[in-house]
Amino acid sequence: MPRMNAARKHPVDFTLNGRTVRAEAENRMLLSDLLRHEIGLTGTHVGCEHGVCGACTVQIDGRPARACLTLAQQVRGGDVRTVEALSRDPAELSPLQAAFRRHHGLQCGFCTPGILMSLDVLLRERPDAGREDIREHLSGHLCRCTGYATIVEAALAAAEEQRKEEKPNV
Amino acid sequence: MTRLETTGGLIGRTVERVEDAGLLTGRGRYIDDLPVRRDTAHLAILRSPHGHAGISAINTHAARALPGVIAVMTGADVARLTRSMTVGVKANVECWPIARDRVRYVGEPVALVVAENRYVAEDALDLIEVDYETLAAVIDPEKALAADAPVLHPSLGTNLINERAFRYGDPEKAFAAAAHRVSIRIAYPRNSCTPIETYGVIAEYDPGEDAYDVTANFQGPFSIHAVISRALNVPGNRMRLRTPPDSGGSFGIKQGVFPYVILAAVAARVSARPVKWIEDRLEHLTASVSATNRVTTLEAAVTADGRITALSWDQLEDCGAHLRAPEPATLYRMHGNMTGAYAIENVAIRNRVVLTNKTPTGLNRGFGGPQIYFALERLVHKIGDELLLDPLDVIRRNLVPADAFPYRTATGGLLDSGDYRAALDRATTEGRLDALRRQRDAARAQGRLYGIGYAAVVEPSVSNMGYITTVLTPEERAKAGPKNGAQAVATVAIDPLGSVTVKVASVPQGQGHRTVLAQVVAERLGLAMDKVRVNTELDTERDAWSIASGNYASRFAPAVAGAAALAADRIRARLATIAARQLNVTPDRVDFRAGTLLDRDNPDNAVSFGRVAAASHWAPGTLPEGTDQTIRETVFWTPDELQAPTAADGINSSLCHGFIFDFCGVEIDRKTGQVRIDRYVTMHDCGRILHPGMVDGQVRGGFAQAVGAALYEEYAYGGDGSFLTGTLADYLIPTVMETPEPLILHYETPSPFTPLGAKGVGEGNCMSTPVCIANAVADALGVEDIRLPLSPSRVSEWLYGEERPPSKPLDQTPVATGASGERMLTGSGSAEVTATRESVWAMLLDPNTLKAIIPGAHEVRKVSDTHFRAEVTLGIGPVKGRYRADIRLSDMVEPETVTLSGGTEGALGSGRGTGRVTLTETTTGTRIDYRYEAAIGGKVASVGGRLLDGAARVVIGQFFQALARHAGGGAPPSAAAGFIQRLLHLFGRHR
Repeated sequence: MPRMNAARKHPVDFTLNGRTVRAEAENRMLLSDLLRHEIGLTGTHVGCEHGVCGACTVQIDGRPARACLTLAQQVRGGDVRTVEALSRDPAELSPLQAAFRRHHGLQCGFCTPGILMSLDVLLRERPDAGREDIREHLSGHLCRCTGYATIVEAALAAAEEQRKEEKPNV
Repeated sequence: MTRLETTGGLIGRTVERVEDAGLLTGRGRYIDDLPVRRDTAHLAILRSPHGHAGISAINTHAARALPGVIAVMTGADVARLTRSMTVGVKANVECWPIARDRVRYVGEPVALVVAENRYVAEDALDLIEVDYETLAAVIDPEKALAADAPVLHPSLGTNLINERAFRYGDPEKAFAAAAHRVSIRIAYPRNSCTPIETYGVIAEYDPGEDAYDVTANFQGPFSIHAVISRALNVPGNRMRLRTPPDSGGSFGIKQGVFPYVILAAVAARVSARPVKWIEDRLEHLTASVSATNRVTTLEAAVTADGRITALSWDQLEDCGAHLRAPEPATLYRMHGNMTGAYAIENVAIRNRVVLTNKTPTGLNRGFGGPQIYFALERLVHKIGDELLLDPLDVIRRNLVPADAFPYRTATGGLLDSGDYRAALDRATTEGRLDALRRQRDAARAQGRLYGIGYAAVVEPSVSNMGYITTVLTPEERAKAGPKNGAQAVATVAIDPLGSVTVKVASVPQGQGHRTVLAQVVAERLGLAMDKVRVNTELDTERDAWSIASGNYASRFAPAVAGAAALAADRIRARLATIAARQLNVTPDRVDFRAGTLLDRDNPDNAVSFGRVAAASHWAPGTLPEGTDQTIRETVFWTPDELQAPTAADGINSSLCHGFIFDFCGVEIDRKTGQVRIDRYVTMHDCGRILHPGMVDGQVRGGFAQAVGAALYEEYAYGGDGSFLTGTLADYLIPTVMETPEPLILHYETPSPFTPLGAKGVGEGNCMSTPVCIANAVADALGVEDIRLPLSPSRVSEWLYGEERPPSKPLDQTPVATGASGERMLTGSGSAEVTATRESVWAMLLDPNTLKAIIPGAHEVRKVSDTHFRAEVTLGIGPVKGRYRADIRLSDMVEPETVTLSGGTEGALGSGRGTGRVTLTETTTGTRIDYRYEAAIGGKVASVGGRLLDGAARVVIGQFFQALARHAGGGAPPSAAAGFIQRLLHLFGRHR
């Protein structure tokens, strides 16, 4: 990586939700701030800025990552996906999102984008995930409203639905 | 009856929420998401690292000079443009949103910086130099009352800011006649339902009209609007307060944003720019707001068969450093229901409010309930223990009987409805208490630690805006004029195309108000839910609101949804009159179904809702005479039952009183002390249920927070006032793994006092669950003095006594001579260098040499020959921070000895101390002997002694190596290099 001047902004080229973007960021700028305040995608929320609450979770190269613990410059050349891209059609909800609505898996919705981005990875990588897998996966997120039960139910329902779609004859 | 039947098809059904599509797709509009003016600048706040200190000087020159900085303000600057915030009791104190000459809690604002962006604003904070004279701090509310306690507010002369005594019935007689007197003493800790979204404010000032325009994720009550306007010295109509469409949780906490509304408004005025401030998590946990901690002694007069005839309360409430509005409301919100769910006729109460060096308190879910029910329900269990009765029988025997409703409590509350015994019996049956008891027996037979706890509480909702005046004496109240009521407001409007909009001043933070209001109004008007759109943003300049507006005291379902139903009913009556003429029937025959208005006796005779509704817009001349428009109807509703306190201090503090009965089984791991909730049953009577999914969501959410309060969460302070839980890694919020799923049961008895029969439900488990779990732990361990949170270390102490000293002794024990809570370190040591005494002396007094040899030093400045200032960055364990050290030299005997004294400041901690350095000539050069004493406070002191000592050793080693190198080589540092000295280096105090 080239040596960069701390006082200046430097370009960050990366793929964001399937599109190539070029942004400018100081070295110390966090990815969460770049997404929210420079690019204007405010769906990624910041709850603690020290990596505990999980509200800022996005996907970087397919893996869940805390945007508040990632410097913007670290995603150069990478592939970033945020909650805004979860549903292909803005007028529709993805099966996971729809399950959250059906099961009341959210109240204030502040922690929800991070939880969705985490669960999206889990359900993609482990379509057979059961209750305990989901609970363990969710343990990296704090929700202060729901008491979690409906989040687990929503995730289980989405997993079940996904399995049905993948094996329509079963 | 478990559930009431739904009648109109929408109310009482678990429909999907209209809020969710936007929130699930990243299109929520929380405060930090809102578009702002292009010239908006950003505010950052410098905060006190001390629990208690005088401010002798603040130097902002360097901060002002930083490029990108627009304005820097201190308390004096803010005070010039504002007035002290209103204090809710008669006392000679002021309450400012920023410190002036003294800081009284860690995190108290000390200076404000407005800059082009937040990064630069925070850079500038580092450049502000504040000289503090630290004072002894007082953290414990009982110690704060001692004659020799440090006094926070000299104008008050004491830390006791309010005391009142109350007497209802004849408690003395009841106690004298009692077969038994049972008492308990409780110290309820501090905690917070801290939301995941922090505070945010966007403020503008218009000098042309001397008017402020502020958007904040405030939650109400809007009585606080009056406090803000007064503090900003403008009439209410020049303080426009708006709320964003979405808010990331509050649980009461966001009431506490209002001091920052004032600060941001002033910052906008001074910098002549719109100003935005988003609080960070450290700021939030340290200094936003907290529930009160309370020390309670509660005694009961009890008959031989367990009937309670009198209660005597002694409550010592700790409101932190300032009594901030609406405090001491936490202490008085429960005043009408101090007898809980029980029929107890005689009550004595002594209430004292004390100030300590902790964050000022404010709203927090449960507001006053956790504190009183912890004492009351622990006492009920203790009565069972002492009288050899089953605690469940004590509860049952004392419950308010079903035929007594509405029941006037001894302290003036009016319990609206319920059948507590029936609800309790259903809970024990459906919750299978028998099976749980067998499980306990079986576990105990195997030697396991298993306990069962109960809690019965009434959950008050819809606060009487007059309850807080109970803190005044009847004479003071008479002088001030009566305060009472609770105005709820809703507007129903119909546009020219006949679609319906509902507007309320309820300011939700995720509770789904928009969905429930659409249900209520659509049902009233015979429409599909999606024909009704609801707006819950509040703008004090344009919308209908009053002091009771906002989202607190569980007032939405009973009050706000009720007001919306009343507004819809008024419009409905007019629409019926208009339609009657078109249908050629009498208005009472008009029915509203599926978007039409029709003759109920001849459904084919119908006209569309839109057509009837549009008449007021398009053809007002066609309206029947005497029938008002159907364009917009605003209803204000305040219940008659909410009267001002009586001359005898009786107060109906809340309109509705839900009933909750909980029981649980817990098992305690004998080895680790871990408490596991095995089974939890919670029965709720919250009146008529408007949306079962949301009611259960409220119950589960409150329960999860209560599990946190019971087992994990505490705002912990060191004895010097240092705050020890400033991250979510220290303040432990339960994750999914720690949150069991309760069995939720309902028993609906509609409230006769609310339009829809609903009562509040949002806070109950925060009141019932901590004590229910504590009762189960007490049952498992046979321990009476249960303190929260029930962490494994605390439970282990009860199991095994205090931790034994290790078999192998640790490092020497520091000698503690500092203020309590500070970490004291003393020690001595020596090092040899090859240079002469004179050259070592010169080095130690030369800023350039010191900069080169002090690890992490950015700058060492010589203020005078005997005064140095240093800036250093040091990492201790996980805590890396920047520190400013101030060192003075005295008792100088060149080149032999010198005494160093001074202090160091940083956001993460502080230290002060003195050290004596002696230089002795040796055959090879110079021996440097050190003797030091230092006290370390603040967050860094909480990282643990061993870590601190280890880090100190490394830093001191680096210093000696550098000194030796600088002195022309020589011996490495002595292995026994002074302990305390290392510490001084650690904090950059070593010139």
